[in-house]
Formats: sequence, C-alpha cells, structure tokens
Amino acid sequence: MSVRTEPIVDGTGTPVPVARTLHWGRWVGAAAALAVAGWLVYLVVINPRLDWTKVAEYLFNDRILAGVWVTIEISVVATALGLVLGVLIAIMRLSYNPVLSGLAWGYIWFFRGTPVLVQLIFWYNLAYLFPELVLKIPFTMIGVKWDTNEVMTGFTSAMLGLGLNLAAYFAETVRAGIQAVDRGQTEAAYALGMTPAKRMRVIVLPQALRIIIPPTGNEFISMLKTTSLVYVVAGHDLMTNASQIYKANNLIMELLIVASLWYMLMTAVATFLQGRLERRFGSDAVRLVRGGGLAARVLPKATA
Amino acid sequence: MTAPGTPVVRATGVRMSYGDVQVLNGVDFTVSAGEVSCVIGPSGSGKSTFLRCVNGLEPVLGGSLRVLGEEVGHTLRDGRYHPWTPKEFAAFRRNIGMVFQRFNLFAHQSALENVACGPVHVLGSPADEARGLAMEHLERVGLAGHAHKRPHQLSGGQQQRVAIARALAMNPALMLFDEPTSALDPELVDEVLEVMKGLAADGMTMVVVTHEIAFAREVGDWLTFFDDGVAVERGRPGELLAAPGQERTRAFLSSVLGPREGLP
Repeated sequence: MSVRTEPIVDGTGTPVPVARTLHWGRWVGAAAALAVAGWLVYLVVINPRLDWTKVAEYLFNDRILAGVWVTIEISVVATALGLVLGVLIAIMRLSYNPVLSGLAWGYIWFFRGTPVLVQLIFWYNLAYLFPELVLKIPFTMIGVKWDTNEVMTGFTSAMLGLGLNLAAYFAETVRAGIQAVDRGQTEAAYALGMTPAKRMRVIVLPQALRIIIPPTGNEFISMLKTTSLVYVVAGHDLMTNASQIYKANNLIMELLIVASLWYMLMTAVATFLQGRLERRFGSDAVRLVRGGGLAARVLPKATA
Repeated sequence: MTAPGTPVVRATGVRMSYGDVQVLNGVDFTVSAGEVSCVIGPSGSGKSTFLRCVNGLEPVLGGSLRVLGEEVGHTLRDGRYHPWTPKEFAAFRRNIGMVFQRFNLFAHQSALENVACGPVHVLGSPADEARGLAMEHLERVGLAGHAHKRPHQLSGGQQQRVAIARALAMNPALMLFDEPTSALDPELVDEVLEVMKGLAADGMTMVVVTHEIAFAREVGDWLTFFDDGVAVERGRPGELLAAPGQERTRAFLSSVLGPREGLP
C-alpha cells in the first residue's frame, strides 16, 4: 500500500510533515514467528546426531544420481502415458456412445477409487494372475510370448501404475477443458462443414488446452514426488536407492535430506518450466495439437 | 450457382420441439435462388430455430424441409428415408454459410486464419492458396488491414464482417443470417448491413432473421412474419409493412415501429 510522505500544506501555507505510522502488531507478530521457525531449524541444523558431512558426501553419490535419473525417466514416461490416455478417455467420456462413455466412467471411478500404492503393487505382482503375457493373432500360432516377471520390472510397473492412475485424473481435467469451450465455437465449426472429429481437433482442443495446460504442469510436479512410492516395488528411482543406502549404513536422516534436496531441485526446475509453458500457451495453444499447422504455414511470423 | 428462380429452401409444415415445448408448429416457407428473404417476429416465435433447422443444426421432427434439393437430415434409399451420418451433415453444410448473432469466430485464430479455416480444413485447399483467397474475402468486407488480429482485438462490427467473410470463403449457394446485428452497439450496425447489401446486390441467396425493419424494406425481396412457431404471413416488404393482412402482424409492427411510421 502506498503511504503519503509529501508534507501537507496547512491553511497558512506552511508545509507540515506527515508522521510515520509504527505498526507495533506487525513487528511483534513477525518476531514471534521468526523465533519459532528459527528455533526449529536450529534444532535440526545443530543436532549432534545429524552428520552434515555425510549429507554432502552422499549428495553426488553415483547411486543417488542414477536414482535421480530414473525418477525423471519414470515421471516423464508416466506423465506422457497419462496425458495421451487421459485425452482419449475424456473424449470417450463425452461421446454419445453410451458404452464408450460408461467404460470411461468406470475407468475413472476405478483408478481414482483405489490408492496408487495398491495399483503399483498390483502391476508388480501381475505374474500371480498371468505368468506369461501372450500377444498373438487369434486362432493361429503366430505371436509373441513374454515371461511376466521379466516384463513387469519395478520400472515398467511404476510407469504403468503411475501413468494409468494419472490418466484417470487427467481425463477429468481434459473433460472440464473441453466443456469450457463455448458452444458457439462448435456450432460455427459444424456450420462450416466440419465433422465432429475435425471440430474437436481443429477448433475445440486447441482452445481447451489453455484451460488444460496449467493443471498439467501441476500433475507433472506432483508426479515427480509420487514416484517415491515406487520404492515399494524397487524401481531403482531416487527414493529406492536412498532407502537401500540407509538400510545398509543406518544414516536415515542424512539420506532423506539428500533425497529431499534433489526432489526440491527437480520440482523447482519443473515449476520454472511450467511458468514458461503457461506463458507460451496462454494465448497460443494451437501448435501443440497440430505442430506446424495452419498457423505456422499461413502466418510464419504474424502471430506476435 | 443455382439458376435464378429455382427453390433453394422449401419448407412444408415443419415442426420441431424441445421436449414438450413445441417451437415450430408447421412452418411453410420458400426461398428461391437469388432472392433475399427477411424474417421478422417477436422473440420466441421460432424464427431462429427455423433458420438453424435449414442447415441441420436443429433436427426437423415433422413436415418436410428441402434445402438445395435435399431433404434435410435424411436421404431416400430403397423406399425409406435414412438419417444422415455426421459426415453427410458436414457435406451438406459446406454449401450453406451461416452468420451467428454472437459472431462465433474461432477465438484461437486470427481473422485471416478464421477465413482460411474452412477451405483448408474442410475443402482441403493448399494453405497459401486459401490464404490468398481469404485475403480477398477480407478485402471485400473491408478488413484486409486487420487480417492478423485475433477476434478479441476487433470490434463487434469487425468480428461480424470477418464471420461473413469466413462463410463466403466456402463459396456457399445459400447464406443464413441469424440476427447478425442484434449483439452490436448501435453505431456498428450499419457497417455490417452495408456488407450484406453488397452481397444481396451480387445475387447471393440469403435468409436473414432480423430486427432491422429498414434493412428488410430496402434489401429484402420477401418479408415473412413469424409468430408462435408458424410463418404467419409473407409478402413483398413494402406491401407487408404498409398493409399487414393479419392482426398479429399489425400488432407486432406497431410495437416495433411505433404508430408514427404510417401504419393504419
């Protein structure tokens, strides 16, 4: 809030200075909050049982770095899977076909209704239900067969579990985005002679993206941290590797701090990228749907 | 273009309802090629709904509506009428331009992209060819200088002129206008009406739902009065406005024009 500093000229023409208000309440409140926060941090930092040199030592440990990499990999692949599948499910959900719409509803209900931890363990143990995965042309002998336990490693079950789970949440975001696009846009597209599919791809989805993209960034940031659950299926991600180290050397707090520092760095980078993405697509969501589409071909530079 | 005089729209007893609410109660209506047919009537009289039936945006539930030689929504095959697929609806609508009350320009595209959108995505024209044609259409509505602006950067009147150019870019045989100036500030109405007058002078077949009585009088070949889901009365604009045959028409006209316009 702006505060007046310019003197006020009184009736006789003499400038009279304005006094500063002292906000006593603010100073007391700030001091109390700082004292509590500082004390808590101090208790941790000076704790003799916490060895900060070990934190520094393990921060760039090979297994930790490998774990960071796997965490990023799982997050990216699972998010990509979730986004693609989510759009598909959202479109099914909005379809006039009651069977498709019902199936999409069931998918969303199931994957939002069960904890992601349960889903991860389920995929990891798929071999109990199907010891072999077979892909073949029906009524022939042509096909391929895999041993389920070889396919369902910690990595693939993490990817599937997290991706299928995200798809259910993301489908609802996409559905809201599509429904937020004005009905008049659809009517104008139909009046031009577009089919429903073309209207969706060329007119509705590019506009829905503006609504869909901000929560997508949040989903990815949240995914970075949710991957820590992967440690129950030994996915060799950051948390798995950190836990394996502390189970061996008992430096639990030190390794949790190491892992947290990396998670904080990753989310900070992702938050920064999300801001860029939002700024870029805030007004111009066309290109993500049809890369180098009409906008790029017709107006090489004129969209600025 | 269809030969002048042949019927482009022929409605006989068209009925339509939203659930239990009967909106169209048997509309009879004809437009021939090259004619400008204006439609007036109180709100809720079904005139906009009828216009939307003409290009299949609303279903015809009774009677017959033939547009450009086809029964809207159905094809006769093996002695039965088969409902259209979305593809057949799309193919039918390519030949009909529609201009909406609220413009409905594609919000994520520039004026030029809006006009080029139909040729590129519906007709499959090459992009640079479509762009050149779109520029010509924008020039025709006097907006070549605004080609790269987004809809939200244009005034209502400019948006509506872009919407007209977008419809014209498909080279339609019939243009439908659904209260094209009702959402505009008064000082922007004329620029849109001027574009429409130019179209009429070029011989475009047009159905115009409007409240602009002066426009109907000047440009319209025919004037139809809608009330309560039926086309109550149709005539030459000058004659119908001067001497309405039905009491309902007289009452509506005097409420719109006021008694001073020389009505009996």
